[in-house]
Amino acid sequence: MAKLISPFELRDLGILGMNARNISFIGRYNQRKNYRLVDNKLETKSAALSRGIPVPQLYGTIEYQFQIKDMLNTLIKGRDSFVIKPAQGSGGKGILVVVGRDGEQFIKSSGALIDEREVRRHSSNILAGLHSLGGRNDSAMIEALIDFDPVLKDYSFEGVPDIRVIVFRGVPVMAMMRCATHSSDGKANLHQGAVGVGIDIGSGQSICAVQHNRIVTQHPDTKIAFNQLQIPHWQQVLELAASCASMTGLDYLGADIVLDRQSGPMLLELNARPGLAIQVANQVGLRHRLAAAAKIADLTDNQIEKISLARQQFSQLTVATGQLSMAII
Amino acid sequence: MINSKVQIGLIAGVFIALGIGLTLYKAISLDLPLLPDQYREVWTVESKTSFTPTRAGAKSPVNIELKLPTAQAGWVILDEHFASSGFGFSIVEQSAGSNSVNASPNTSAARWTRQELDRPTTLYYKMQVYRASENAVLPALPVSVAEKPLLEPDQQAAMDRLLDRLHTQSSDIDSFVQLLLQEFLRDSPDQDTLFLIDAYEDDSFAVLMDVLAMADISAHQIRGIVLEDGRRRQTLSALIEVYNGQRWSVFDPSNASPGLPNNFFVWQRGNGSVLSVIGGRDSSLEFALVSNSLPAKAVVGMEQRSDKFAILDFSIYTLPVEQQGIFKGLLLIPVAALVVVFMRLLVGVKTSGTFMPILIALAFIQTTLFIGLAIFLGLIGIGLWIRSYLSHLNLLLVARVATVIIMVILLMAALAVISYKLGMDQVLTVTFFPTIIVAWTIERMSILWEEEGGHEVLIQGGGSLLVAVLAYLVMSNPLVEHLTFNFPELTLSLLGVILLLGKYTGYRLSELYRFRDMGTE
Ligand SMILES: Nc1ncnc2c1ncn2[C@@H]1O[C@H](COP(=O)(O)OP(=O)(O)O)[C@@H](O)[C@H]1O
Ligand SMILES: [Mg+2]
Repeated sequence: MAKLISPFELRDLGILGMNARNISFIGRYNQRKNYRLVDNKLETKSAALSRGIPVPQLYGTIEYQFQIKDMLNTLIKGRDSFVIKPAQGSGGKGILVVVGRDGEQFIKSSGALIDEREVRRHSSNILAGLHSLGGRNDSAMIEALIDFDPVLKDYSFEGVPDIRVIVFRGVPVMAMMRCATHSSDGKANLHQGAVGVGIDIGSGQSICAVQHNRIVTQHPDTKIAFNQLQIPHWQQVLELAASCASMTGLDYLGADIVLDRQSGPMLLELNARPGLAIQVANQVGLRHRLAAAAKIADLTDNQIEKISLARQQFSQLTVATGQLSMAII
Repeated sequence: MINSKVQIGLIAGVFIALGIGLTLYKAISLDLPLLPDQYREVWTVESKTSFTPTRAGAKSPVNIELKLPTAQAGWVILDEHFASSGFGFSIVEQSAGSNSVNASPNTSAARWTRQELDRPTTLYYKMQVYRASENAVLPALPVSVAEKPLLEPDQQAAMDRLLDRLHTQSSDIDSFVQLLLQEFLRDSPDQDTLFLIDAYEDDSFAVLMDVLAMADISAHQIRGIVLEDGRRRQTLSALIEVYNGQRWSVFDPSNASPGLPNNFFVWQRGNGSVLSVIGGRDSSLEFALVSNSLPAKAVVGMEQRSDKFAILDFSIYTLPVEQQGIFKGLLLIPVAALVVVFMRLLVGVKTSGTFMPILIALAFIQTTLFIGLAIFLGLIGIGLWIRSYLSHLNLLLVARVATVIIMVILLMAALAVISYKLGMDQVLTVTFFPTIIVAWTIERMSILWEEEGGHEVLIQGGGSLLVAVLAYLVMSNPLVEHLTFNFPELTLSLLGVILLLGKYTGYRLSELYRFRDMGTE
C-alpha cells in the first residue's frame, strides 16, 4: 500500500509539484502586492461587491477584544445561524459554523452544542491571530450561513460544499468540488478530511474522488456514489471564477465558489496559493493544462472565449457516455 | 524567469567555486589538513591583577610587578599580550644568581608603573599556551640547603615526634614526603600534626615546608594554574617540589600524588612572590581560562609566525579565543540550515516552525542526543498535558502563551532539581533548551491537536524532531566541525548550494507518496 510513484511517471503525467508551483507559477505570475486582496477575506468581499460579484452576506466584523463582550447582543443578536471566521485565515482553520440555536446554546454543523463562552473564546482567539498567517493580529468576520443548493445535499455531510476552480491567466484550468465530511467538521477543506471530487471543466460532471489523497468512490458518511454528480449552473461557475482573475490581478489563482439555493454561484474566497490535491481528484496533472491555458490566453483576451476554449480543450468526459476520453489533451 | 535562473546559477556557481577554491588553496599552500587529524589543545590564560590604590588621588606612585611564567615541562607559549592603558610598562629580566630564593633559572616580570591613580584598577596579561610534548620534566635546578626554622620548645617537640614517626615508616625521601602529605590529608591527623597546624594558624602549607626543612630535605613550592576550561576566576595553586638526592620530584599536596599533573601550568618555581604591589592594597590575582582545539598544523604555524601563514591572520584564529569558540558554534548553523532546506524542499518533511528544529538541535549539542530527546519529549508531553487544562480557562492568546512560557521554566527548574537530587546530573542540561521556542511549540501543537487531531501532531512533531536530530548529527560530526571552523569559506559554497536549492522545481520525495494514486484510474 505504501508504494511510491516514480518521479518520471509523475513528470509524464504532468503533475505539478510543490516546488514547481511555488517557483514557476506563484512566484512568477503572482505579484506580492496583489496578495493582500486575497489573503484578507474582508477585502476580497468588498472588491467583489464593487464589481457586482455575489458573495455571502457579511453580518459584521469584530476588530477589538472589547467588542466580543457583547457580540451576542449586537452582531449575532437574533441570528440563528452564522459563520465566524478569521479574515486572514486559510485551510479552514478557525472557522466556526453555527447552524442553529438550542436555548442558550449554539448548534455546530456537526450537531455538537457549544455555549456562549465558547463562541467568545473562539472569537478572541481569532483576534489574537491564532489561526492567521504568521500569527498576526486579525479580525473576525461574521457571515451568513450559506443555504446551499439542495441538488448537492447528499454529497456533503454536515457542511457546505464548495467548488474550487483553478484559473490561470483568466482561463479556468481545473476544478474540484469539496464535500464536507463528519471529520472535516462543517468545513470543506481537504486538509481537514473533506472529500475532493474532480469536476470536468467541459461538462461539470464528476471524474474521480479523493479523501486524504486516496481515491474513494462514495461519500464516507452519506455513502452516496460520486459518479452521478453534475454541478448545476456550470457555465456561471466558470465565469464567476474567471472574473476573479481580472479583479485580483493574480494570474495563478484558486477561486472557492459556493452554490446558494436562491442566488446561485457565489464567491466564498480566493487563494493565491491553491493546493495540489486537485490533480489527484481529476487524475490529471496541471502542467499540460497550464501550458494549454497559456496558449489560450495568448490567443484571446475575451473572457467568454477563454472559457469556451477551455471547455473544449479540457474536457475529459464525452458528455453522452460519461466515459473518460483522455485523448483530448 | 530564465534570466533569474541563469543569474542565480551564476551567483551560486561563483560562491561554490570561491568557497572550494579558497579551501583548496589553504589546504595545499598552508598544508592545513582537510580531514580532522591531530588537534592541539590551546589554552588562553588571562591573568587579571586587581588592586585598589592606597592613597587615591594623592601623588603616590604605584608599581606592580607580576612574575611571568617561562615555558617549561613541554609547554609552549604562542602569544603574549599585555593591556596597560595609562601605565608605564616594561618587562624586567631577573637572572638566577642574584636571587637565590627564587629558584627558577631565568625569570622575567611585567612591571606596570604610574605616578598617580584614583580608582581600583585591573591589569591584564594574556597568553596562549599549548603543550607540545606530554611528559617533559622540569629543567634541573641548583639545590639549596634548607634553612631550619626556629621553633618554640613545645612545637619543636611535636615536630620531632612527627619526624620520628615518619622516618620509621618511610624508606626514602619520596616515600617520606608522600607519607607526610597523606598525614595532612587524613580526616583525623594525629595530635602532633593538629597541634602544629594550630600553632601555624591553619597554614598547613607552611607546616609542610618547615617539616621538610627540619628533615633536611630541600624543597620549595611551585605556583601554577590548574587548567579548567571556562573557569573565570581561577587562582594560583601550589605544588611541592623536593630534592630526593638525585633529582627534583613534584608532589601535589591536595592528593599526595607524585608527578606534575597534566593540567597544571607552571607559573613559577620557587618561593618568591608572584605578584608585588607597591602603592596599592587589596590586590588579587585571578585567571580566566578557555581551551580550544586547533589543528596541529595551524598551531605550529602560529608558533613559527612564518609569512606563509599570514593568511591565517585574516582567519578566525586571530580572534580572541572566546570569540573563536562562539564562531565555532555559529559556523555550524549554516550547515543545519542546509539540512532544513534539504529536508523541506527535497524530502518534503513538515515541521512546526521553519527553523525551530535548528534551535532544538543546538540544544541537543549541549545535552547530547538521547538525554536531549528525553528531556524535550518530557517537556512537550507534560506541557501539552497542562496546556490542555489551560484551554478550559479561556485566556487571551498572549496571556496563554506567556503562561506556557512560565510553566515551561518552572518545569525545567523542577526537572533540574529533582534529577539533581536523584544524582542524574545530565538532566541539568535542561537549561539549554530555548524556553520561548519550547513554549510556542507546545502552544502550536496543542492547537494542532484541537483542530486537526493527534495524527497531525505526530506528523509535524515527528517531522520537526527528525529534522532536529539530523541537524544535530550533522553538526556534531567531527569532520563537519573541522571543516566549518578551519575553512569558514566553505560557508560560501554552502550558500551557493542553498541558492540553487531555492530554484529547485523538481518533485519532493513526499510527493512520490502523495501522488501515488495518480494514473491508477
Ligand atoms: N458562510 C458560510 N456558510 C457555510 N459554510 C461556510 C461559510 N464560510 C465558510 N464555510 C465553510 O468553511 C470552508 C472554508 O471556508 P473558506 O472561506 O474557504 O476559508 P479558508 O480560507 O479557511 O478555506 C468552506 O469550504 C465551507 O465549507
Ligand atoms: Mg477555502
